[in-house]
This record gives sequence, structure tokens and C-alpha cells, in this order.
Amino acid sequence: MTDPLLRVRDLKTYFVTEHGTGTARAVDGVSFELQPGETLGLVGESGCGKTVTSLSILRLIPEPPGHILPGSFIEFEGRNLLALAPRDLRAIRGNRIAMIFQEPMTSLNPVFTIGDQVAEAAIVHQGLSRKDARARAVEMLALVGIPEPDQRADDYPHQLSGGMRQRVMIAMALICHPQVLIADEPTTALDVTIQAQILELLDRLQRELGMAILLITHDLGIVAGAADRVVVMYAGQVVESAPVKELFARPAHPYTEGLMESVPRLDAQRSRLHAIPGSVPAATAWPAGCRFHPRCPHAWDKCRTEEPPLPAAGPGRTARCWLVAEPARRKGGA
Amino acid sequence: MSAPLLEVRDLVKHFPAQRGFFGMGRPKGVVRAVDGVSLNVLPGETLGLVGESGSGKSTLGRTILRLLEPTAGAVRFENQDVFALGADALRALRRRMQIVFQDPYGSLNPRMTVRQTLAEPLQIHRIASGAAAAARVLSLLEEVGLTADFADRYPHEMSGGQRQRVGIARALSVEPVFMLCDEPVSALDVSVQAQVLNLLADLQKKRRLAYLFIAHDLAVVKHIADRVAVMYLGKIVEEAPAAKLYERPRHPYTTSLLSAVPIPDPAAQKRRIVLAGDIPSPSNPPPGCPFHPRCPHPKKDARCGTEVPALREVAPGQRAACHFAEAPM
Repeated sequence: MTDPLLRVRDLKTYFVTEHGTGTARAVDGVSFELQPGETLGLVGESGCGKTVTSLSILRLIPEPPGHILPGSFIEFEGRNLLALAPRDLRAIRGNRIAMIFQEPMTSLNPVFTIGDQVAEAAIVHQGLSRKDARARAVEMLALVGIPEPDQRADDYPHQLSGGMRQRVMIAMALICHPQVLIADEPTTALDVTIQAQILELLDRLQRELGMAILLITHDLGIVAGAADRVVVMYAGQVVESAPVKELFARPAHPYTEGLMESVPRLDAQRSRLHAIPGSVPAATAWPAGCRFHPRCPHAWDKCRTEEPPLPAAGPGRTARCWLVAEPARRKGGA
Repeated sequence: MSAPLLEVRDLVKHFPAQRGFFGMGRPKGVVRAVDGVSLNVLPGETLGLVGESGSGKSTLGRTILRLLEPTAGAVRFENQDVFALGADALRALRRRMQIVFQDPYGSLNPRMTVRQTLAEPLQIHRIASGAAAAARVLSLLEEVGLTADFADRYPHEMSGGQRQRVGIARALSVEPVFMLCDEPVSALDVSVQAQVLNLLADLQKKRRLAYLFIAHDLAVVKHIADRVAVMYLGKIVEEAPAAKLYERPRHPYTTSLLSAVPIPDPAAQKRRIVLAGDIPSPSNPPPGCPFHPRCPHPKKDARCGTEVPALREVAPGQRAACHFAEAPM
């Protein structure tokens, strides 16, 4: 395997809660690697820490209340992003590593034309003249499938539909040809037919431009279609990682398994859905032992008191579960 | 077949379109949010209503309940003309038809405890008071799977799934026979979504409730609906028993929607039909078939741009509004 492009090691991002009384351990020791040119899916439900992880990579966490703990590493091209001077970090952010967000309306500035906003990164990072940057911006708008890009460049965000705004976001992110694109729920605010357009576009652009994508989503269907490998998060931790085919064929962690069974599927007959009992605990009070044990059908004494490590669970896979060491404890047969 | 509980005939709801600055000037045309919809809901069944944002599905639901006044058309519920009712009769009707909203946080009063929220409709409709009301509140909580100690909580002290259970309990408190569920699970995480869908299915079985279940997620609807209607630009373009609609859709819009839903199985990736463009604006719908500018049907011809296809029966129980519904793609 080649050297990873981006290596996240033992990332801990904590928040002081509103009344200053507690600490929310939103991301609590997360490690994973992103290989060149691959799509890594980062999956989990709200409150699992996936968005905080992605914001931490580019140091976009507001401090205070947020705080990335010493001992966390985010390695990119041999340097720890968390230790860079702000000036050096700016040279990477939006240039070598770019990001698109869930809500394209709030992430675009309403008082600038989309042409100006797309061109900005090329002026800042590549020193292009305004005229050249505008030409690049129009090129990018064409690349992401905006019709009549030369005219649309003079439009303001409110003149575009949600799907078109997300295309503009993608054009903005990709104008400097980044090596890493962080896509945080890029299609969650969109209708399913528009979502299909955007997923298709990201897939095509990745093939043409060769960047690696960190795809953050709650939707297992999107992960199944778009990702090469998957990291599943629960309660601020990685609970499982695996190549996408292996993960869906044989989920190793009971949380992953429960999540897959609770998704309503088009390719299944109408039936009662499997539901994971309870709900995600609060980040200020993760359960002792395994953080999933109060909702886990297999939990025994050990799970309630001892926190499981994240051991290998097959080639290229890990799972944070005591069942990896004691598979006979699985209820209802393996 | 039993008589329908709810009959909607040629329902139309138009809104005045955008005015000039600061709401001044005459409205420029109308937004045709609901544009001639007819459908039935039978006692105890679930009709799924699917469509993308702007298709008019929520407006349709709210006009049926007369939370919005109609522009034209008729709604009959238990053989009463809903739009002809006076204030008293309308209040009595509200006991029979209830609504569950998408956002359980926005639709619960933040200053009321769960007990107050659930007791209020009992007082308004003079169903129970005092000790009887208190007992009803506890039995409602139990019915939606919450313990008695939730009665003293405020909305902010609960998770999204728990709040949605309270929203359902409030709707049940007046013992309706019909519930409009407007995207009741779309704000919930998938593990909790399954809990709420199962709860709705259990309640339906126990109380013989009829649901009009509005959702944008076709997979969710597949797990709850007996029949499904698909909306596009204010019109129903297809309606069929769920099994038929999912197995053999007759309208190219239904086919495209189904193909766009991601399947959570990397081994079962299918060919996606990627529709070009966005939903047109309902203030200026295309002439002819409203779907024709985006339609991927290979036989699409000039007629589609001029002639509105009729919604007609193309198979037993299956209606579709496409010139080529007899030869679907």
C-alpha cells in the first residue's frame, strides 16, 4: 500500500458546554488514514462526532468553546496540521485540502456573485489576475455542469436552485485542484433526483482530477455506492473500519449491524423494521465500558466495565468490540 | 371494498405569487401548489404520498385538513363536506382527523411539560379532566412507549425520537380515525426512525387508524404504505398499490425516482437514471405533461409538450398520467 495522503491519529476534540459545567468529548481518540485517490466514507448518526472530526482536520473548530487536545495529530504531506502557523495552514486550506458543506445556501456569501466566489481561491492561492481567475472560474462552472457558465458567473446565490448552489460549492472547492476533498453531507439537503446528479458529478470529477474524498454521511446507501473503504463512528470513537464490500457483507460491530438492519430498503419486502433500542447518549456522559453497551443485544458484564480496544478483525478491518476476542458470546449464532 | 373514509375530488390550492418589494403591488400570477388532485383513503389503510420538495404534497395535506382554505374542489370525510362545515362542526371534525408534524421540536410548546401538552386537547374537546385526564396522559405515554416520568419533562429535555413519540401521543389523545403524518421520521436518525415507523404500524393495527403518510423517502414509504401516490408539480402522476408501484412503475418520473434511491448494498448497485435539471417552478409549469422537460422516456414526442396526459387506470388499481403508461420504460 502507498503512503497515506492524510493520517488522523488519536484526534481528541472537546467542547466546554454552555453553562461551563461539563465537557463534551465530541471526538475522543479518532484515528484513520486516507489513501491517494480513494473515497473514504465516514459514517454515523447525529452526535457521533463525524462533522467535528472533519472540521478539526482543517482547524475550523471555534476555540473556545472547542479545544483540540495536545497529542492529537493530523498529518498531511509529512507535517502536523495542528502544529502549523496560521499562515502555513492557510496555504493548505482551500488549496490542497478543500471542503464542501451540507447547506450550500449558508456556505455561500449572498452579496457576491458566484463567479467572484469561485475565483477567489485562485486569486489567493495561485496568484492569478482577476481576469485569469474569472476565466478559470467559468471553466470550473462548466466542469460542474452549470449551463451557460459565462452568464451564470454573474448570478448571486439566491438566483440558483439548491442543486445548482451545491455545484457552485464544488466548483469553489476544486478550482485549485486539491488532493483531498472533504465532503460533509454534500447531498443531505437535496432531493433524491438532485442528489443522484451531485453523486454522479463527484464520481466523475474524482476520476478526472484524481483527488481523494473524505465523504461524511449518515446515509448507508450513499456509502455503499460511493466509498472504497468505510469508517463507522459512534459516540466520538471509531467503532469499525473495513473495505466497503466486506463491511456490508459481514458487519463486525453490533452497532454497524443494527444500523444496517434499521435502514428501510427499496430492495426488501415490506416488513417490520429492526430498531436499535434507545438513542445516542450525550457527549458529556458517554457510558462506561463499551459506549454502545446500553443498546447492544450481546452485551455482558465485561462490556459494562471495560472499554474495548480497536483490534484487527480480518484483513484491512478493525472493530471496537469484545466479540472480536470472544466470538462465542454473540447471541443467536455468529 | 369498503367506502372511503376520505375522498378528495379535484382539489386545487393556488397561492398568490411573489409581489414586488415589501409585499407591495399586485401579485404576479399564482403558484399552482395543488392543481387538481383526487384521491381516496380507506378506513385503516395507509396511503403514502411521495414527491420532491415543491411538489405540493404538504400543501395538499394541509388543505385536506382545512388548515389552509382551498381554491377549488371538494373533500369529504366520513360523508361530511369538510369545506362546508361551520366552526363548531369543524372543531368536532378535528377530533376525528389529526396531524403529526415533521419537526417535533418546532411543533411542541417549549414552555409546556409533556403532561400539559397531552392534557390540553382533552380539555379543549371536553374528553376528560382532573384525575381522569391524568390517567389518560399516563396511558397515552405508555401506548407510545414512554415511561410515566416523561410526563414532567419539557421538550428540550428529550431526544428527537422521544419528542416525536409525544407528538404522536398528542394526536392520539382525541382518538382520531385518520392521521396525516407529514414527514414524521425525516428529521430522525435511522436507528430511531425505525422505532417510530414500527410504533406507527403498531398503533394502526391496534386502533384501526388510517394514515395519509407524506414522505420524500420512497424506501420509508415502502415499509409503511398499502398504496402510494406520486406527486409532481401539484399533480398526482401515478397511484397504485405499493407492491405494483415498486415492481412495475408506469410513469417515467416514478421510475426515475426509484432508480435514484441509493441502495445500501455495494453488490447491488444499479443503473441510476439521472434526471436533467430541477423541478420547474409551480408558478410557471411547463405546457403539456409537466414532467416532459426532464423526462427520460425514449418514446417522448411532440405530444408530450402540448397535451396534458390524463391520469387513467392502466392496470387494476394502478393509475398513471403518461401518454406511454401502457408501454412504460
